[in-house]
Amino acid sequence: MVKMTVNGVERTHEGDPSMPLLWFLRDEAQLTGTKYGCGMSLCGACTVHMDGQAVRSCTMPVAAVAGKAITTIEGVGTDKVGKAVQTAWREHDVVQCGYCQSGQIMSAVALLQSNATPSDADIDTAMNGNVCRCATYVRIRSAIHSAARALKA
Amino acid sequence: MYLTRRFAAQPLLPAGLLPAPVPLSRRGFLQGAGGLVLGVSFMPLAAADDPAIPGDAGSGVAPETTIEPQAFVHIGTDGRVTVYAKHLEMGQGSYTGLATLVAEELDADWSQVRVEGAPADAKRYANTLLGVQGTGGSTAMANAHRQMREAGAAARAMLVAAAAQRWGVPAGQITVDNGRVLHAPSKHNVGFGELAEDAAKQPVPRTLTLKTPDAFTLIGKTTPRRVDSAGKTDGSAQFTQDIQLPDMLVAVVAHPPRFGATPKSFDAAKAKAIDGVVDVLEYEGGHGRFGGVAVLSRNTWIAKQGRDALTVEWDESKAMKDGSDALMARFRTLADSAGTVARQSGDADAALAKADKRIEADYEFPYLAHASMEPMNCVVSLGERSCEIWNGEQFQTIDQAGAAALLGLQPEQVVIHQLYAGGSFGRRANPHADFVLEAVSIAKAARKQGHKGPVKLVWTREEDTRAGYYRPMALHRVRAAIGKDGLPAAWHHRVVTESIMAGTPFAEFGIRDGIDSSSLEGVIEPYEIPNLYLDLHSPDTGVPVQWWRSVGHTHTGYVTEVVVDELAYAAGQDPVAYRRKLLKDHPRHLAVLELAAAKAGWDTPLKAAAGEKRGRGVAVVKSFNSYVAEVAEVTVKADGSLKVDRVVCAVDCGLAINPDVIRAQMEGGIGFGLAAMLHSQVTLKDGVVEQSNFHNYPMLRIGEMPQVEVHIVASAEPPTGVGEPGTPPLAPAVANAIFAATAKRIRRLPLGDQLKA
Repeated sequence: MVKMTVNGVERTHEGDPSMPLLWFLRDEAQLTGTKYGCGMSLCGACTVHMDGQAVRSCTMPVAAVAGKAITTIEGVGTDKVGKAVQTAWREHDVVQCGYCQSGQIMSAVALLQSNATPSDADIDTAMNGNVCRCATYVRIRSAIHSAARALKA
Repeated sequence: MYLTRRFAAQPLLPAGLLPAPVPLSRRGFLQGAGGLVLGVSFMPLAAADDPAIPGDAGSGVAPETTIEPQAFVHIGTDGRVTVYAKHLEMGQGSYTGLATLVAEELDADWSQVRVEGAPADAKRYANTLLGVQGTGGSTAMANAHRQMREAGAAARAMLVAAAAQRWGVPAGQITVDNGRVLHAPSKHNVGFGELAEDAAKQPVPRTLTLKTPDAFTLIGKTTPRRVDSAGKTDGSAQFTQDIQLPDMLVAVVAHPPRFGATPKSFDAAKAKAIDGVVDVLEYEGGHGRFGGVAVLSRNTWIAKQGRDALTVEWDESKAMKDGSDALMARFRTLADSAGTVARQSGDADAALAKADKRIEADYEFPYLAHASMEPMNCVVSLGERSCEIWNGEQFQTIDQAGAAALLGLQPEQVVIHQLYAGGSFGRRANPHADFVLEAVSIAKAARKQGHKGPVKLVWTREEDTRAGYYRPMALHRVRAAIGKDGLPAAWHHRVVTESIMAGTPFAEFGIRDGIDSSSLEGVIEPYEIPNLYLDLHSPDTGVPVQWWRSVGHTHTGYVTEVVVDELAYAAGQDPVAYRRKLLKDHPRHLAVLELAAAKAGWDTPLKAAAGEKRGRGVAVVKSFNSYVAEVAEVTVKADGSLKVDRVVCAVDCGLAINPDVIRAQMEGGIGFGLAAMLHSQVTLKDGVVEQSNFHNYPMLRIGEMPQVEVHIVASAEPPTGVGEPGTPPLAPAVANAIFAATAKRIRRLPLGDQLKA
């Protein structure tokens, strides 16, 4: 049995502890905002926060999150930075198909939490693990800068 | 045709099932419960291009319309306006575009507008340009703009009529503004919701007055933000992958390793021993789709564990076992002989023989996977005489008919719930309904085993990459020459590529005289060549192929624009100046060329740092009736690594309905084209696809994304599409920029390490 909190709510997983967190979130906790894209930590669609750090949930066994605080896209808006990033994403209409965007937003929030004024190069480095097949990258950069400005104001 | 094996050998549907669009007769007005339910009927196919209807871009009284009101818009008693979108939202902005058109004529309050996917019902929701209900060919705005505007105008007229009746005032004195209906003299001022029920009882108007462009408040403006932004930024947007239903089982499948193979036997003991695996079953394949073995579980990961534990023996007696290198070698051999002649004028061979300056080259293109971020999936729930499907549905008519045929039902007994698609790029519009029917086939087999609940088929990334339906491999062999004036004098062009439409329900009108129109679309166009010869070989390789964002233009646009560039250099002329001469009688091409060149600062030389080479390249491609020019700037470092620094894009897509969506589609189309240019190829070894996931089928990442500037040509022409046209000019513009920087011609895609050699 593995215990954790997800978006502030205590959760328990009683099945196979080697199950990746992604599938616990999606198929057991019914939090489907976190997406499956590759299953190999190659695309970042499954990005969530574990104790504030961005992690790829598709390769993170549930056993490894015992006692940790998990934040998903469904919960990130309660955080000031999370809210600012979501707002910037909407102002810039970043999304196209939208499937990767939960992961993009989670990575962007983690970036801004550790670096309040990232440069384009910082953004490219931090967001390199998140693939967007629609190539919304131009707007991802702009939205991150916007969110950074809004948070400073 | 030198190969006879074909994975997709027979059509899914009898040819007669895909009729030309049928204009509907006037249908009765249906009253919706609790509010006004409106829509309009179909316009004849030609409406979009009818010059007598300035309403396309503007205004005027439409000819008498046969309005079927309820299909497209609903106004609730709460004032909410719901637009029913007949087109899939897969990222291209169709929901926003369709809603903008309705809301414009309705004078709705944009903040009160929401969009729902329409059900599968070709009588109401056929794409008037495709003849079936479906989304593709960048046709959403082109086929629906008038329909949607009429729906909005009809709804508005009925609200006004209801208000006039209630207040006892002339309708002509009533105005509508931002979701409110007003009568100034009597100071009446109410929201849509208060009139919705009365408006639903009004007769549907037979003639409608559409707005003139000067009255637009939403079309062409930035006010209408995307309707799907909120749900796609808080995790609430529902994709097929997200569907959870009571008693639902997830199916993860073992596909045969080679196209054309079938299951012979399997050992499920280890899979069934896994806690949580509910069942393992074989399911039937069919025309154009795999049969295989499915592992069922309530949890996707457990189903995958079970699948990985299977041992399956495959019957490969009919399997395709060629390698892609061998296939390309055969394409080259085939190019040594004449194909089916598509165009001919003058005498290309004679003109080439006496020309002073010639170019001769082969251009080679690999198979490409669509690789949408959401791997293919589909949810199916079967009843005794019913079938319900949840899907990011791009091809309703094909999928509905296919499911009905497989189940012995009538098409209308197959209900399809529309969801967002996590990308598609063409893949979800499979002419054989491959993954949809695979899900139906598994649900059928599961039901036989007593599993009555819904089944969600989930392909892993690996199945998605390996299941075929690729952009076809292509070889172009070109010989071209310039005359004494430097202009093209002769052009001999041979294309070898597999037909996309052969063996599909689209063959009937998509293949004429042995020429699949999608194999050659756009090639050499719009350039006028005095001595021209074009022919086509359409070998059957046994590898399933399909349309992929911008279809034939992915390779025809490349070759045409690189060859023109080669001719410009052969003539010693600037590539923009050269095209300017060639395009002098093609004003829309010329306008985007001039705009992109001017905005890019074409005449200002690029500065290169020590040890680096920089270059600028241009390409102009018309596709899906939109005109796009792109100027790319590249840097090639001493080690041969390439960075595309900046792309300046000019687009003419007629009336710009949502300028910001247009910009987004150009940006995305550029990134999509760049991924293919730099990285993408599916290769086969002995019939087995060598790529499986993003480590060996790499995507474009943020650090590779150039700066992009998009400029939209102001236009009152009917709107055309933007989902695809941003892609074709990108690769040739980059290739031409690489040549400008390095004097090296890129004649084989992807680029890979070619600059490092």
